[in-house]
Amino acid sequence: MAEKTVVNVKNLKKYFPVRAGLMSSFAKEEKKFVHAVDDVSFNIRPGEIYTLVGESGCGKTTTGRLLTRLEDPTDGHIYFRGKDIAFLKGKNLKEFRRNVQMIFQDPYESLNPRLTVFATVSEPLIVHHVGDTIDEREDLAAKALEASELKPATEYLHRYPHELSGGQRQRVAIARALALRPEFIVADEPVSMLDVSIRAGILNLLLELREKYGIPYLFITHDLSVARYMSDRIGVMYLGTLVETGETEKIIKNPHHPYTRALLSSVPVPDPYYKRERKKIKGDLPSPIDIPKGCRFYPRCPFAQKGICDTKKPPIVEVEPGHMVMCHFAKDIPAMDEAMESEIEEDVELGEKLLRETMKSGEEGMLVKEEKVEDLEQYERETAF
Amino acid sequence: MEDIEIKEEQVFEGEESSETSPIPYPEGEEYLLEVNHLKVYFDVIGGKVKAVDDVSFAMKPGETLGLVGESGCGKTTTAFTITRLLPANGNIIDGYIKYKGKTIGEKEPEIKGFMKDRKKRKLYKEREAMMAPIRWAEISMIFQSAMNAFNPVHKIGDQIVEAILAHENVTKEEAMERAKELFKLVGLPPGRVVGYPHEFSGGMRQRAMIAMALACSPSLLIADEPTTALDVIMQDRILAEIKRLQKKLGIAMIIITHDVSVVAETADKMLVMYAGKMMEYGEIGELFHKPAHPYTIGLLASFPSIKGERKKLKSIAGSPPDLVNPPTGCRFHPRCKYAKPICMEKEPPLTEVSPGHWAACHFAKEIYSGELKEE
Ligand SMILES: Nc1ncnc2c1ncn2[C@@H]1O[C@H](COP(=O)(O)OP(=O)(O)OP(=O)(O)O)[C@@H](O)[C@H]1O
Ligand SMILES: Nc1ncnc2c1ncn2[C@@H]1O[C@H](COP(=O)(O)OP(=O)(O)OP(=O)(O)O)[C@@H](O)[C@H]1O
Ligand code: SF4
Ligand code: SF4
Ligand SMILES: [Mg+2]
Ligand SMILES: [Mg+2]
Repeated sequence: MAEKTVVNVKNLKKYFPVRAGLMSSFAKEEKKFVHAVDDVSFNIRPGEIYTLVGESGCGKTTTGRLLTRLEDPTDGHIYFRGKDIAFLKGKNLKEFRRNVQMIFQDPYESLNPRLTVFATVSEPLIVHHVGDTIDEREDLAAKALEASELKPATEYLHRYPHELSGGQRQRVAIARALALRPEFIVADEPVSMLDVSIRAGILNLLLELREKYGIPYLFITHDLSVARYMSDRIGVMYLGTLVETGETEKIIKNPHHPYTRALLSSVPVPDPYYKRERKKIKGDLPSPIDIPKGCRFYPRCPFAQKGICDTKKPPIVEVEPGHMVMCHFAKDIPAMDEAMESEIEEDVELGEKLLRETMKSGEEGMLVKEEKVEDLEQYERETAF
Repeated sequence: MEDIEIKEEQVFEGEESSETSPIPYPEGEEYLLEVNHLKVYFDVIGGKVKAVDDVSFAMKPGETLGLVGESGCGKTTTAFTITRLLPANGNIIDGYIKYKGKTIGEKEPEIKGFMKDRKKRKLYKEREAMMAPIRWAEISMIFQSAMNAFNPVHKIGDQIVEAILAHENVTKEEAMERAKELFKLVGLPPGRVVGYPHEFSGGMRQRAMIAMALACSPSLLIADEPTTALDVIMQDRILAEIKRLQKKLGIAMIIITHDVSVVAETADKMLVMYAGKMMEYGEIGELFHKPAHPYTIGLLASFPSIKGERKKLKSIAGSPPDLVNPPTGCRFHPRCKYAKPICMEKEPPLTEVSPGHWAACHFAKEIYSGELKEE
């Protein structure tokens, strides 16, 4: 590992025991686990914004909480500036925590309603014995607020959360995270609870803070458009593992993993003239308790091959420099996908041609037409769900 | 002694606005739904929340209208007024709603004085009697929170059956068959009709809600944030499903969301609301590519896209106003980059910048023509 990294995550795992139900206490079942994070490795470079994207429940938040050590890992390593902090305890853990901060999704929940803005922002200062006097702390808090664009800070210092708008609350949360000048920030869906018009402001603020202080971020979002806007590199998570990682534009423009391709093709585009091509995948996210053997995406993957994907764990393949994909057919997927698309198109065209022909042949044809349309729709639906 | 009387100042308010703002659709034509100078206020301690304040639009059968705007701008209130499901403190202050030419909502008389509650109850009963055959069968709704849309103590299938039986002369068995068909249609296993709401995941409940909304083949579907709580893949499936069924059954739809990209892909027309007011209304392509209102321009510029060049996002500074005492003149003026002194004093009328494309801004024409640009 020649690359300089701030955070280096290796084979990180977090399993949550499934609380035994009433039944299982009678029928001695084997103990089950939620595989929330299951063998995840990635690194974050100085000044970089690394984004984890993926569907609800894929383990993004758990990864963020492990990196800030709000959660204890089950196994693996988290190197922070070269030192493994995965299992730090006591004083050492407290010292580590000074350097990392987390910004949460819900600015309504993450701020204590009984604390003023000043009390909220200066809380970490007190915990970590930064600033000896109230004046000193007020000064630091004011600086953090102004860095978060709550200006003049004096106007906000003595307000309570209910006297702030949603966007202002999230700015206070960011100011609190900034107060200790952290070396690393985890921002977990920091805009998903905010109104659209406010989102852009917070995203830009986070980008500016990175410019200004060079703080690296782990950014977490389920919104791929936001991920694209924010990040230098993206890691796509599926069922507790990273299935594709690489530079943002490479992932967006040249996705290789079938899941990434489906995910990207599901994102609506804010342009009514744009004709989006939908890739279809079957079914829902499987339970993180009973993980499919072989490739985790196997039950939903349109390219899955029996005998390989369902039995063997796929390798991590570098499809272009720095662009890693966990799939048995990583290199070939785009071509396979194209072939499949044109096959479908041919089918649809054939169907339409039949339809047109039957329409010409009068009344009886109309009946056939109905049926044909049904067929096509049935076909479409079956491939969609 | 007169119990029911119409307050004078309300009449005045209504008349004033109907003079100033034109109706953004050709009058005298037949429409599926016509919303005309609609005003809906909520009574709260200390005043009235002007949640919907002079909104007009019309829809033809099969058409899809996207209703967008920030949280609290009056989208759900508009929907609840059309379906007449407003909470007790919400009143239609002015305007009317016509469905297939029949008035289903209009200015309500102010009820005061002796026996107030009884009169209110009577009015409520009349309204429910009028709406009962329309709800679900003619106009159905997918609620913002599908969690609350089903009664938790009844099986989902039974609730759909009940809706069908209320509107159609079929047997219980036939209705159950239909419910199963609908489940298949929205991609749920038909066997699950016997499930209770809590046994369904969020995505499944949302699909069940769509099945319910389609159970009686309505002519108009109002979908209030139908996919906001869902993942992209699920959102995409459900929107595709709604669109497919809509096309197949010829249903008109109002889709409410604050995600403009969802509207871009689903709607034929878009209505942009801000603080209870209409800002812009017209064909979807026009509004996205030639917006004439600063608010629409701001809204579109604050959205990232997965396609095209990565553009720097622009936020709209500030936040939406309090609707009890909204700003004078143009309600958007405190946040508007184009604002001039006139904006504080005079409310801008709806202006037609090109056929069927309307914007409520003093400078709509100049912005539309490109004469006026943001500094
Ligand atoms: N404390 C916990 N105990 C048991 N299971 C948990 C716990 N925290 C998370 N999980 C489970 O771990 C999995 C991953 O959860 P996580 O919150 O990390 O997902 P996420 O990707 O952040 O999802 P979302 O987008 O919904 O926030 C889920 O199945 C979740 O139910
Ligand atoms: N029952 C009520 N009593 C008083 N005010 C209300 C009531 N219901 C809604 N309002 C207010 O009316 C305004 C419009 O609310 P509405 O729910 O229509 O907004 P919306 O556009 O649907 O917002 P969102 O995107 O958050 O769903 C808001 O200011 C809201 O606070
Ligand atoms: S390994 Fe097989 S199942 Fe997994 S993503 Fe690749 S093709 Fe699909
Ligand atoms: S009327 Fe004035 S304040 Fe309102 S949108 Fe137009 S320029 Fe802005
Ligand atoms: Mg999360
Ligand atoms: Mg709403």
